[in-house]
Amino acid sequence: MASVEFSLIPFLAWLVSLLAVPAIILLGKKPDAREGITFLAAIVKFGLVLLMLPLVREGKILHFSFGEIIEGIPIEFRVDGLGMLFAIVASSLWILTSLYALGYMRSLKEHDQTRFFACFALSLSATIGVAFAGNLLTLYIFYEILSLSTYPLVTHHGDKEARSGGRTYLSHLLGTSVAFVLPAMIYCYWKKGGDINFTDGSLLTTDLGSGAGLIVLLAFTFGFAKNGLMPFHSWLPNAMVAPTPVSALLHAVAVVKVGVFCVIRVFTGVFGIELLKKLDIAVVVSWIAAFTVITSSLIALSQDNLKRRLAFSTIGQLSYIILGVSLLSDFGVTGSILHVAMHAFGKITLFFCAGAIYVAMHKKYVSELVGIGRKMPITMTAFAIGSLSVIGLPFTGGLVSKWYLVMGTAQSDQIALLVVFLISSILNACYFLPIVYRAFFCRPEESLYEGGRQEAPLACLIPLCITALLSVISFFNPGLFIELAGLISNK
Amino acid sequence: MTDHLPILLLLLPLFGSLICVLLGRNNAAHSWVVAMISLGGSALLSLLMLIKVLGLKSGDFRYRMGGWPESSSYEVGIELRVDVLACLIVLAVMLVGFLNTIYSKTRVPAEVGEKGSFFYALIQLLIVGLCGIIMTNDAFNLYVLIEITSLTSYALIAMGNRRAALSSFNYVIMGTIGASFYLLGVGYLYIKTGTLNIDDIHNYLQSEDLWASQSIVVAFILIMLGVWTKMAFFPLHGWLPNAYSYAPSMTGTFMAPLMTKVMVYVMIRVMLWLFGSDFVYSPESIWSELIIWMSVVAIVAGSFLALARNDIKKMLTYLIIAEVGYMVGGVWLGNLNGQAGAFYHILSDAAMTFCLFIAASIVIIRTGESRLNAFDDLFRKMPITMIGFTIGGLSMIGLPPTCGFFSKWYLIKGGVEAGQWEFVVALLFSSLINAVIFFKIFERAYFGKIKGIKEEVTVQDRDTIPAGGIKSVPLSMLIPLCVGSLSILIIGIMNKNIFSWITKALEMVNG
Repeated sequence: MASVEFSLIPFLAWLVSLLAVPAIILLGKKPDAREGITFLAAIVKFGLVLLMLPLVREGKILHFSFGEIIEGIPIEFRVDGLGMLFAIVASSLWILTSLYALGYMRSLKEHDQTRFFACFALSLSATIGVAFAGNLLTLYIFYEILSLSTYPLVTHHGDKEARSGGRTYLSHLLGTSVAFVLPAMIYCYWKKGGDINFTDGSLLTTDLGSGAGLIVLLAFTFGFAKNGLMPFHSWLPNAMVAPTPVSALLHAVAVVKVGVFCVIRVFTGVFGIELLKKLDIAVVVSWIAAFTVITSSLIALSQDNLKRRLAFSTIGQLSYIILGVSLLSDFGVTGSILHVAMHAFGKITLFFCAGAIYVAMHKKYVSELVGIGRKMPITMTAFAIGSLSVIGLPFTGGLVSKWYLVMGTAQSDQIALLVVFLISSILNACYFLPIVYRAFFCRPEESLYEGGRQEAPLACLIPLCITALLSVISFFNPGLFIELAGLISNK
Repeated sequence: MTDHLPILLLLLPLFGSLICVLLGRNNAAHSWVVAMISLGGSALLSLLMLIKVLGLKSGDFRYRMGGWPESSSYEVGIELRVDVLACLIVLAVMLVGFLNTIYSKTRVPAEVGEKGSFFYALIQLLIVGLCGIIMTNDAFNLYVLIEITSLTSYALIAMGNRRAALSSFNYVIMGTIGASFYLLGVGYLYIKTGTLNIDDIHNYLQSEDLWASQSIVVAFILIMLGVWTKMAFFPLHGWLPNAYSYAPSMTGTFMAPLMTKVMVYVMIRVMLWLFGSDFVYSPESIWSELIIWMSVVAIVAGSFLALARNDIKKMLTYLIIAEVGYMVGGVWLGNLNGQAGAFYHILSDAAMTFCLFIAASIVIIRTGESRLNAFDDLFRKMPITMIGFTIGGLSMIGLPPTCGFFSKWYLIKGGVEAGQWEFVVALLFSSLINAVIFFKIFERAYFGKIKGIKEEVTVQDRDTIPAGGIKSVPLSMLIPLCVGSLSILIIGIMNKNIFSWITKALEMVNG
C-alpha cells in the first residue's frame, strides 16, 4: 500500500499556468514580455512536476484538497505514477510547443496572438488538473474546462471552416461528456454511497451485474470522446483547422491523451482490473478499439491533406492505448501507459514537421511533398524518425510500447488482437513511409522543388529536432517511463 | 424584535408602495429612491431572518398575525410560518427585487415614462405578495396573496409595448382560471376539515384518516391544476412566453426569475405540508409515474420550442418552461434528493434566469434588435455583458462550477435513485439542447457575422462594424448583471451548505 502524503506542489503546478493567463492578457501589447511569461510558466511548471518525481518513484502518493464541494466529494489532486507520467509528458512538451508556437505564429503574422497564448496556458492548466485529479468529479470538471478553453484555439482562424470545425469539436466533446459521463459518474456515486475517489483497487463493488457494468463502462469509454474512439471520432480530423502548434500539442498530446488517460483511469481506478476480469466485459471495448485501429488506418491511407492524415493516424494510435488497457494484462496496461508517452513524442514531431513545411513552403498536401527532402532535409529527417516511432520500428520509442502491447495480447491469449496490431503496423508503414521516401528519393524531374535549402525559422526547427531526439532516446532509455507505468499495472 | 421579522419585511415594501403612489406621483426618481430603501431594507431583514432560522433548533418559527392567540379547536387567526426553505426563497425574491430596482433606474423613464411611480408601487406590491405566498401558513390567505401577485403582474405586463396588452389579457384569463381551480380545491378542503390553517388541515386529515375520501382527492387534483397553470407547467404554459417577452424589460427581468419558481414552492408546500408525502407518493397511486412523464414532456417540449425561437426573450421564456419541468419532475420523484434538488434548482434557476434576462435586455436595448443576430460580435463590443450572459448560459447547460451543474447533479441522482430513467434522459437531453442553443449564440458573439457562404471574415471587416452606442452600458444595468452572475457561481460553490440546509428542512416534514 502506497503512503499518501499531503503536498502543495500539485496545486502549485496546476496554478502556475493558470496565473500565467491574466499575466499574458495584461501584457498583450508587449509580445516579447508576453511570450516571456509563457516560457517562465512552462519552465516553472516542468520544474515543479520534476520536483515530485522522486517522491512518486518512492511509491508515495501526493495529495492536495480544495475541500468538499458535494457531500463526500472534494475537489482534490492525487499524484500517482500514471498521473506523473502524463504530467511529465504534457509539461515538458509545453515548453517545446511554446517555442514552436512563437516561431510559427510570428512567421505567419497570425492575428489575436494574445488570446492564443492565454487559451494555451489555460488549457495546459486544465490538462494538469486532469492528470492529477483525485476523483471522478475533479476529473470531469477539468475535462470540461479543457474542452471549453481549447475551443478558441481550434477556431482561431474564425472563418467558415474553423467555425464548423469548432462546432463539431464542441458538440462531440461536450455532448458525449454530458450525455454519458455525467450519468455514469452519478450512478457510481450513488452505487458507492457517497464518494467517487480513485483507489488502487475498485471503486465499484462486485454486486454490480455484468449488464449494468457494461453499460457504465461503455458510457465512460464513449463519454470521454477525446479518446477518438469510433463512432465519436470525427471531431479530431475536423479540429485540424486549428493552427499547427495547437494541433501538435493539443490534438496529438494534451487533448487526445486526456481522453485515453481518463479511460485508463476508469479501467484502473474506477472499475479496477480485478473487477473487470470478473465481470468479463472489457473484451467489448477491445473489439471496438480494434475496429477503430484498422478503420482509421485505412481512412488515413486515402487522406491527401497531411494534417488530416496525421489526425486519422492519431485516432488509430489512441485506440492502441484503449485496446492495451482493455486487455487487462500487466503487459497490456504497462504498454498502453507507455504508449501515452511514446506516441506523444513521435506524433508531436510529425505535427511540428507538418507545421514547419507550412511555414516555409505553404504546402498542406501530401502530394505536394515530392522532393521536399532536399529543400528541408532536417525537417524531413525528423519526420522520418517520427514516422518510425509511430509505426513502431527500431530505434525509436514506439517500438518499446508496441512491444509491451503485443506481449499483452499474448499474455491474455487474444491472438486475434495481436493480428490487429500487426496489420495496423503495416498500414501505418503504408501511409507514412511513401511520404518520406518520395521526399528524399525521387528523380530530379519529379521533384516539385528547386534551389537550395530553405528550412523553417529556428524557433520552429529546434523543437522538432528535440522531440525527434526524444523519440530516439526513449528507445534506448525507457526505464523511467516503464517504472512509472509499472506503479499502476503491477499492483 | 427578531420575532417580528416576517411581518416587518412585508411591511417595508407595502408602505413603500403607498408612499410611491401618494408622494412620488409625478416623480419617478423619488419613487426609485423609496423602492431602493424599502427593498434594500427588506433584503437585509430577510438575511437576518435566514441567520435566525439557521440558529433555531426546531428549524422553523411561527408568527401570529395581530397577536391572535392560538386556539386548540377552531383556528381563525392567520399565521406566518418561516423555515429555512422559506427564508432562502424570500431572500432570493428580495435580492432579485432589489437588484432589479437598480437595473430599472434608467429603464423606467425610457419605457414607462410618467407611469414610473406606479411601476415602483406595483412592483413592491408584487414582492409583498410573493413573500406572503412563501411565508403564509393559511390556505385561503395563500389564494388571496396569489391574486395580489396576479393583479399587480397584469398591470405590470400591460405597461409594455403594443402587444403587451393582449398578452396581459391572455394571462388574466389563464391566471384567473388557475386561481379559481386553486380556490375550489381549498373550498373542498374547508368543507371537509373546517379549517384553513395548513398544519391544522394536515393534522385533521391525518387524525380522521380522510385520505381515501373522494373530495380530498378531488381537492388535491384541483389545487395541483391551479398551481400548474400559474407556474406554466407544459401544456398549461401558453400565457407565459408572450407575457414575459412583451412586458417592459424591467418587469420581465423581475417576473421571469421568480413568478414560476414561487409557484413551484407553493406546489412543494401543498404536497409535503398540506397533504403530506404519505398521501402524495402513496404506492397505490399512479400519479408519480404519470406526472414524471408529464414533466419529461415539458422538458423536451420546452427545450425544442426554445431551440426553434429566433427571438432572444422568447427563447429564454421557453427555457423557463423546460426548467419548470425539471422542478415538477424532481419533486415528484418522491425521494429526498429529488425534492431537495428541485428546491435547490428554484434558487439556481432564479439566479441564472435573472442573469440571462438582464443580459438579454441589455443586448436588446443596446443593439435595437430582438432577434438572435443582435449577438453578432458582442464579445468584443460588450465584453462584460457577454461574460455575464456566458456564465448564465453555461449554468443553463449545466457545466461545473455553476449552480446549474449541481442542481442537475442532485436531480439526476434523485432520478437514478428512484429508477426513473426517463427523467434522467430528459435532463441530459435538455442539457444538450441548451448547449446547442447557447453555443449558437456564443459562436455568433465570438466570431461576428459571416457574410455570404464562402467569404471569410477578416479582422479588418470586423473592425468596421460600428460600435458607437453599444459600448456604453450604464453602471445601473451592469451591477445587477455582475451580481447575478456572481451569485450563480456562489450558489454553485456553496451548494454543499445550501443543500444540507434544504435536506434538513425537508427531512423534518418527511419525518
